[in-house]
Amino acid sequence: MEMAVTMPLRAILEEYPVCRDFFLNLRIADLDWELTLLQALETANPDVFNEFGLDKGMILRDFCRFLETFAGGTEGVGEIRSLTIIGGHGKTGESEIPELTVSVGDIISIVGPTGSGKSRLLADIECLADGDTPTGRKILVDGRTLTDDERFDRAGRMVAQLSQNMNFVMDLTVREFLEMHAVSRQSSDVEKTVSQCFECATHLAGERFTRDTKVTQLSGGQSRALMIADTAYMSCSPIVLIDEIENAGIDRRRAVELLAKKEKIVFLATHDPLLALSAQKRIVIKNGGISRVIETSGDERECLGTIEKLDAILHRLRHSLRDGQVIGKNIMEGIE
Amino acid sequence: MRLVTVAGPPSSGKTSVILKLIEVLGMPVSEIGVVKFDCLTSFDHLRYETMGIRIETGFSGRVCPDHYFVGNIEAAVEWGLKSGFRLMVTESAGLCNRCSPYLKGILAVCVIDNLSGVNTPRKIGPMLKLADVVVVTKGDIVSQAEREVFAYNIRQVNTSAAIIFMNGITGQGATMLEKHVRSAREIEGLRDVRLRFTTPAAVCSYCTGEMRIGEEYQMGTLKKMEFKQP
Repeated sequence: MEMAVTMPLRAILEEYPVCRDFFLNLRIADLDWELTLLQALETANPDVFNEFGLDKGMILRDFCRFLETFAGGTEGVGEIRSLTIIGGHGKTGESEIPELTVSVGDIISIVGPTGSGKSRLLADIECLADGDTPTGRKILVDGRTLTDDERFDRAGRMVAQLSQNMNFVMDLTVREFLEMHAVSRQSSDVEKTVSQCFECATHLAGERFTRDTKVTQLSGGQSRALMIADTAYMSCSPIVLIDEIENAGIDRRRAVELLAKKEKIVFLATHDPLLALSAQKRIVIKNGGISRVIETSGDERECLGTIEKLDAILHRLRHSLRDGQVIGKNIMEGIE
Repeated sequence: MRLVTVAGPPSSGKTSVILKLIEVLGMPVSEIGVVKFDCLTSFDHLRYETMGIRIETGFSGRVCPDHYFVGNIEAAVEWGLKSGFRLMVTESAGLCNRCSPYLKGILAVCVIDNLSGVNTPRKIGPMLKLADVVVVTKGDIVSQAEREVFAYNIRQVNTSAAIIFMNGITGQGATMLEKHVRSAREIEGLRDVRLRFTTPAAVCSYCTGEMRIGEEYQMGTLKKMEFKQP
């Protein structure tokens, strides 16, 4: 990180605006930005540094590390093409399916009773298990076992999660929220990314909202839509797990397809027939183990049409009730 | 014996994280001991005892909690060694945001929660900056975006720590913490081990019981604010 020693601060900040935060975090606002860091520190008041337990040498070292961490772009896990689950065993030791490989763009649903082990499967993927979790599963990335260093480095950033229980807790508007995420992802065109996310979210939500709405004031469906759009356009994780979003009141098939299109592997834990059958494959979990992997058959695909109609009827019913209407006998209209 | 020091703001989920860690470690509970450093009261010992884990709780009372930690950590380790533990975990709350009860060469884990606000990592100080592993709890109830911004803000102040998202209720993420704990160094005592950071300086008249407000009662290390001209 020669630049930290030789370049004037102003030039570094222009190239890497994120470096402003380094100084803000240390409560430094009045350095001579025309000088190099070391020169500037010479003329600065050392009292504040002392409070942080730092001297000039340490600040220079920390700044180099900061530059190294943030100058290279964001902390992604890199692109992956496929993920392979090498089967382990269920809760009572019975072995599960030997192997399952899924590729980028795949949508895989996970079905099984509550408590059957869906979360355990997710946890195994998240920590890139290597036979060292209770299930004995191994997770391969692009067909190979990662080295310990790679696992330590990537674990925890593989999976983005979305569930019914998630809420926004920040007191920000939709625009501020998206901007903050885009900046933290060091997006090259923050404005464009924010617009894409916003457009996409309003499409998925059905009910309109503005960029100036507070994220905490969004309805359940609008929140979920914004979360999905944000995950699709900005999340760094190559795998997305969606947990039971069926009641969110959004266009959920479109939501899932959007994520898959964004070069992600989508796992859908669901009890919703429409979602379960929209996936190319579904993993059936029983007693902690993967008992079957079922490819969605042609017959099942044909059923999707009927299920969609049923779904549309329920949707219409919901709307009518919300609207204060009285429901007639002809609710099954449109289905044979 | 391996030693792990866990620190974090009150109610961030330290105890839950430690309990879930112990579950995934799969060691006999008789080989694990916990020392909890707290201020006035604590009920966490009940949770450890339910699991059959031996725990000692110390209350700092009117003494600075960090000074209290430093003054007692060596004896805690001796207790652990004599009890025949293979793993000892210490738990302490960082109350003044300048605390860092971490020791050089000893695995340091900082627990903070996602609900504390996205900018909080930038305000915590040495307790976060000097940790080897940062465990983020309560991520299951905020959006993915908030988790990512939170992690980014942690990275800003601590460029090298492993950041682990962990659910203190289900234990998801505990396996990753376990990996770090397994590679913690074996120790036979704390002689000549040093702190990673100085504890807050606090020797003033108020430390010794002064209660009256006013310049004439103030002695020792006191810092004065500078106010703008009204």
